[in-house]
Amino acid sequence: MAIISVRDLVVEYDGRRILNGLNLDIEHGETMVLLGGSGCGKSTLLRQIIGLEKPKSGSVFVKEVDITRCSKSELKKVRRSIGVAFQSAALFNSLNIEDNVALPLREHTRLAPSIIELVVWMKLAAVGLADRGKLLPSELSGGMKKRAAVARAIALGPEILVLDEPSAGLDPIVAAELDELILLLKHTFHMTIIVVTHELPSAFLIADRIAMLYQGSFSSIGTKDDIKASQNPRVRHFLDRVPEDITRTPVTEHFAKYLNSPEANL
Amino acid sequence: MANILESVGEKTIEHLDYVGSLNIQWWATVRAMAQALPFVGNRYRWKTTVRQMLEIGVDAIPMVSLMAVCTGFIFAMQGASELRRFGALRYVVDLVAVGFTRELGPLMTAIAVSGRSGSAFAAEIGTMKVTEELDSLRVMALEPLEFVLAPKYLAALIAVPCLSVISNLCGILAGGLFMFFSIHLMPGLYLRYVFNSIELRDLVMGMIKSVVFGTIIAQVGCLEGMRVHGGPDSVGRSTTNAVVKSTFLVIIADAIFTAIFYFTAKH
Repeated sequence: MAIISVRDLVVEYDGRRILNGLNLDIEHGETMVLLGGSGCGKSTLLRQIIGLEKPKSGSVFVKEVDITRCSKSELKKVRRSIGVAFQSAALFNSLNIEDNVALPLREHTRLAPSIIELVVWMKLAAVGLADRGKLLPSELSGGMKKRAAVARAIALGPEILVLDEPSAGLDPIVAAELDELILLLKHTFHMTIIVVTHELPSAFLIADRIAMLYQGSFSSIGTKDDIKASQNPRVRHFLDRVPEDITRTPVTEHFAKYLNSPEANL
Repeated sequence: MANILESVGEKTIEHLDYVGSLNIQWWATVRAMAQALPFVGNRYRWKTTVRQMLEIGVDAIPMVSLMAVCTGFIFAMQGASELRRFGALRYVVDLVAVGFTRELGPLMTAIAVSGRSGSAFAAEIGTMKVTEELDSLRVMALEPLEFVLAPKYLAALIAVPCLSVISNLCGILAGGLFMFFSIHLMPGLYLRYVFNSIELRDLVMGMIKSVVFGTIIAQVGCLEGMRVHGGPDSVGRSTTNAVVKSTFLVIIADAIFTAIFYFTAKH
């Protein structure tokens, strides 16, 4: 069985449907990239997979536990096997980087402080921040913050690593460094990795499979080659970077008509 | 007419929802507080509690003391200007001592703490929510209630009564200074009058009030922080709400407690 299974997942906010009955299986050791434009529901799906929100209907199975219906203690147990690095890094600003990475170790293990210190150093070294442990998050650059967030996410050696837009807002060089880091983690720790992104080069570099979301539904799921060869118009639009015709919406059509009317040219 | 009723009903439900949320959060925090206790709880949580106590309590001492000294002087001067006409200037001591221990000490402290720490709680928790720090705690299988709210509440429960005691002492001291400079009442005699006028019941009443005020300030501050939605502008609104709502609720609670103590006292 897949390590993560999403079944008929429907999510609504204030009556507005965000995800329309999604189905997805993610296998052990696989790197799955959730690709799609802004507002298509990538981050919402991610929040469902890590159990931060409840769906309207459907299920999310993580390690065979339905996290949409399980008890709080079961959910906590499942969460210990998931490491998450948020888009904003979400480091605790009052703690330095070492303490941020040490936090899950202090809370969930009975390791001696000296061992925790060693593990923290190893995790920081893995992301290339071994010499920055004493700094506060506010003293780090955007790329370093994201790497520190990854170090914290892998502190407990999780089976699943979830990365929400790891390269968003970073320059291409730092973004490429992060991609290298993800590949390194994949090959070193053999983790199942889920990455949410809208960066095409990054997605094609790190993914084993890609799931493309469009307006709350998967327009295509497959390997990198399947996606590249896809003739699905939604996929082609996204890959070829063809902008959608925004004048096709009722409001903009009305506005366009107004602009062309004599009243607008007074 | 229907619109007015509708809007009154809507507001009533909104307020009841708020009070309900406060009670639910308070009970959940009380249950999570064991982890923030020394020796029996998690030592990192206790460390956080101590840090919070320093921020709520020790850092507020200069402000609370100065407010109490000024209020003590004002209270003594206003009392003296009226009581002088009846030749009852000696009762200024009773007025200041009883007034501070029962009422002004806890109330002035609560207003100062609400402005300093209630708003800080809302801003800190609201910012943590906006920057996904609370979510990152949840995904690390840590409860924000236990990790963030419980240490703050425990710290407020300890710091606010301690600040109230300091406020009482400063207010009474200010009354003594006024009496010394106005009618040359010697400090020793002033203190004897103070001890004669205060009863244990007054001290207990003041302490009960300050514990309740600490609860209101901490819970309202935390709830406002937890209710932040959207971006940084929402954090700003939540800090304002925290101060306004906690001050309002503190005064309501004060009125209720004073009425209870008044009607249950033997006159």
